[in-house]
Amino acid sequence: MSQPFRTEKGGRIDRAEQLTFTFDGEELHGHKGDTLASALLANGIHLVGRSFKYHRPRGIVTAGSEEPNALVGIYRNGDQTPNLRATQVELYQDLQAISQNRFPSLGFDVGAVNDLLSPLFPAGFYYKTFMWPKSFWDRVYEPIIRSAAGLGRPPKNPDHDYYGNQYAHCDVLVVGSGPAGLAATLAAAETGARVILCDEQAEFGGSLLSVASASIDGKDPSIWVSETIQKLSAMANVTLLPRTTAFGYFAHNFIALAERVTEHLKDPDPKLPRERLWQVRAREVVIAAGAIERPMAFPENDRPGVMLAEAGRTYLNRYGVKVGHKVLVATACDTAWQAAFDLADHGVEVVAIADIRETPPDNLISIAKARGIRVEAGCVVTGTLGRKRVKAALLGRLMTSGQVASGGQVECDALLMSAGWTPTVSLYSQSRGKVVWDAEKGAYVPGKPVQKERSTGASKGLYGLQATLEDGYAAGEEAARAATGKTATFTRATASGGEAGNGGTLGALPHDRDASRVKAFVDYQNDVTAKDVKLAVREGMHSIEHIKRYTTTGMATDQGRLSNMNALQIASGSLERPMPEVGLTTFRQPYTPTTFGLFAGVARGDFFDPVRKTPSHDWVVGNGGVFEDVSQWKRAWYFPKTGEDMHAAVARECKTVRESVGLFDASTLGKIEVVGPDAAEFLERMYTNPWKKLAPGRCRYGLLLNDAGFITDDGVIGRLAEDRFHVTTTTGGAPSVFATMEDYLQTEWPDLDVWITSTTEQYAVAAVQGPKAREVIAPFIEGVDLSAEALPHMSVKEATFCGVPCRLFRISFTGELGFEINVPRRHGRMLWETLAAEIEKHGGTPYGTESMHVLRAEKGYIIVGQDTDGTVTPHDAGMSWAIGKKKFDFVGKRGLERPDLIAENRKQFVGLLTKDPKVKLEEGAQITTAETPATGTPAEGHVTSSYYSPALDRTIALAVVKNGHALEGQTLYVPMPDGSIPVEVTGTVFYDKEGARLNV
Amino acid sequence: MLLIYCPYCQVKRAETEFHCGGEAHIARPSDPSKTTDEDWVDFLYTRSNIKGVYAERWRHIHGCGRFFNAVRDTVSDDFLKFYKAGEPMPDLNALAAEAGK
Ligand SMILES: [Zn+2]
Repeated sequence: MSQPFRTEKGGRIDRAEQLTFTFDGEELHGHKGDTLASALLANGIHLVGRSFKYHRPRGIVTAGSEEPNALVGIYRNGDQTPNLRATQVELYQDLQAISQNRFPSLGFDVGAVNDLLSPLFPAGFYYKTFMWPKSFWDRVYEPIIRSAAGLGRPPKNPDHDYYGNQYAHCDVLVVGSGPAGLAATLAAAETGARVILCDEQAEFGGSLLSVASASIDGKDPSIWVSETIQKLSAMANVTLLPRTTAFGYFAHNFIALAERVTEHLKDPDPKLPRERLWQVRAREVVIAAGAIERPMAFPENDRPGVMLAEAGRTYLNRYGVKVGHKVLVATACDTAWQAAFDLADHGVEVVAIADIRETPPDNLISIAKARGIRVEAGCVVTGTLGRKRVKAALLGRLMTSGQVASGGQVECDALLMSAGWTPTVSLYSQSRGKVVWDAEKGAYVPGKPVQKERSTGASKGLYGLQATLEDGYAAGEEAARAATGKTATFTRATASGGEAGNGGTLGALPHDRDASRVKAFVDYQNDVTAKDVKLAVREGMHSIEHIKRYTTTGMATDQGRLSNMNALQIASGSLERPMPEVGLTTFRQPYTPTTFGLFAGVARGDFFDPVRKTPSHDWVVGNGGVFEDVSQWKRAWYFPKTGEDMHAAVARECKTVRESVGLFDASTLGKIEVVGPDAAEFLERMYTNPWKKLAPGRCRYGLLLNDAGFITDDGVIGRLAEDRFHVTTTTGGAPSVFATMEDYLQTEWPDLDVWITSTTEQYAVAAVQGPKAREVIAPFIEGVDLSAEALPHMSVKEATFCGVPCRLFRISFTGELGFEINVPRRHGRMLWETLAAEIEKHGGTPYGTESMHVLRAEKGYIIVGQDTDGTVTPHDAGMSWAIGKKKFDFVGKRGLERPDLIAENRKQFVGLLTKDPKVKLEEGAQITTAETPATGTPAEGHVTSSYYSPALDRTIALAVVKNGHALEGQTLYVPMPDGSIPVEVTGTVFYDKEGARLNV
Repeated sequence: MLLIYCPYCQVKRAETEFHCGGEAHIARPSDPSKTTDEDWVDFLYTRSNIKGVYAERWRHIHGCGRFFNAVRDTVSDDFLKFYKAGEPMPDLNALAAEAGK
């Protein structure tokens, strides 16, 4: 029950509500208001993980989202989410957490041998070690890397949570709710502007929640925060989003926010999503993201118990947790002194304040003296002792020579460090702004805005409570005025205390140790040391981008927010070039790791992609049909009877169509209604074929090219009236054909008086094909004479089917007598079921897309996209007949005259018959002239379609072959792994070459 | 995500409602048979692909369906002008200077 490092009083935790949780199975206690990190620290637990490369023991370093070490797995609903930052995980009753990257346990980890072998893992070791031998990659290196790499284990089950999505517009978006952010929000909200305030933390207030020695309007800063939030909550024009990270700043002030909705709750409302993605379009943005403290790069600065000074202060003042009983404070700047003072005021023994500056400010020294704290000026930490927790630190005295003399050893169970502050410029950088080097501040700060944003407070390097408040008010006012033109007068708070500090250092600190034996970490998460950065420079990496990738510094999940500045300074020293010349790598989205679920939202499972079904769908399901996916459509593939496999079913379907009759659902074909006085002229210009002389009531096959001259689509087009055409397209090509038509109509030929409308979804289409087709439809059709004389092949008439208006086409994609009946889609099921029952009476069969493919291949009809690939011209396809020779122009006409398109040796569309009629070629197989071509011989072409033909009782294939039209009768080869297959080149029509069966 | 103004609907909408149609003001020759092979290939394939301010086509595909043109700085993605199809290409240099590009 005891929490030995909990303070007597203070903090924002609810001491009345005790919570039980487990860490690696051990039962522990904390309070409501704790994070997992603060609760662990209250129990005296610093060791929370093993490092990525060397498996060194690691402790909690920060109190925020930049935490590099304390990555844990959390069990929830029977599954485990890895790599959550313990500093952001809010404690709830029965929370179960585990440490990561250790085996068999956190205390004893066999991977720690990597630390002893660390001379083998220098910078760039992946590049160096794994170059040779090649065969070792598969068998040795990759398995080792895979088992050793990564931190947490991925969840085993599909994500059982769901995720919300919200679009929002606002006048002003404020990111961050510290003093600057709150002031900006107030100032903007007072003008009446619509304001969204988001903060990644559970509570608003930022640094104001950790301050013990300042006041705003005479009150504790946290009281001012509560009052301000209360006021803002009551304003209808303000949206407050806690636990919400602005993770991406995109073009045109589009900002993505990740709101964590339920993960902090033990038993959340199941109706609520785990997270919600906010896609915000903000007129103006105020970035009040604050600054983060920099670690000091001294030897063994990664020992558990070593943490940032401000984190120590936050754990004390906000969470009521002492990070240790004997604390050493090592600093290069003023702010860390306040942490020492606050700890002393809570009865913690501060063993010393070691400031690397020769003369720290007198006022700080006297405050320390008054509390009896030993002060060491001009003093650096040169190392730490202890195994799983720091137990002592080595001090060194900085000499004027730049050398370091041993300064003895102090016992401590925690070490707070501060090398100064780094403004958080991530969002500014994401907005495509270029940061500029501020030599006085020793920091990169936002340069001129590229988008409609401004940074305020610490995120632009401005410190001090009063100054920050003032700057925040000004930023909020300016943003509201820019967004809405409105201003307002309101009372502004004034602060006392919380003055800006001075000081700070960058890079590796000097020490008196054996440089070859010690590690001073720059990037904790990726285990990059100061030595690694120097080595990278020695080995020729002179650009910061190369140094980053070679050492992996700054490539961890915090994108180098903790490490970049130290690494840059070390690189700058080694390169002997000033910092600004070395440059800074770009911060990219996302600001912190973001779940895939958030991006997927509801687009999962059935909602991943729309499923389009035709009116016969349920009937097909009920009659044992098998479906295939054709773009988004579910199409009936074949209809197996009991005991039939696909081959048998398709053979039966094809035979039945040729001998009696078959029924096919053609609803998925694209349909476009082209209407207007210039409709014929428009089609004349779009398609290769002539249209003006086509009589109403007649159809023509249309071939569509692009202006380069290549086939892009085809379909039958019927003329219903002088000014009205019914155009069909391929199933997959429907949207692009429609878009292409719109493009030419709107932008090239706006003079044409034509309207085009997509009618794909308006009609259900049943194709009845076979010698008995006329008998099958006759009982249901009224208003049209079905005789061959009145309704010849390639005709269209308006009629009724069972009293429902229909467009009746006499067309065929099988080579048999055929009709396609288009009815309004709502009658589609009636159409299908009526015909399905009728064909059964005639011994017919429904057939699917597979039989449709075989039947059309027997007739040599192309399928655009299967037999063509975007480089096939009508001449190549043997379809020169489809080109209107006398036409002035059509899309693709000029393209067809290009030298390469009329050159010799183009691949041409042919038929292939294997010498052995039982052998079926593989679609895509290459074709050669030699039976066993030498390696590297280019292919003459490839097989585009290949089937068993029931009508011929043998296999047939279609192909494109160089000069194929001239090769008819010749033998070519299809080399396959188990031998070369000889084939004879033929024409493309295998069945009923004269077309006699069509005209009955 | 870009914010795009449709000059026909006269509203600003998110990029997801639109489809980019590539460089604008590349007119299809009115008598293609009179163009040389080189000119035709230029028409088909050659685009300026510049870093900076240029005019491009957009279609309000999930809105009114109309094609229109926009002047965009390809470096910043800032739009400098939206105008209807058929209107002449604005003076890009003047627009760039005005926007301080
Ligand atoms: Zn529009």
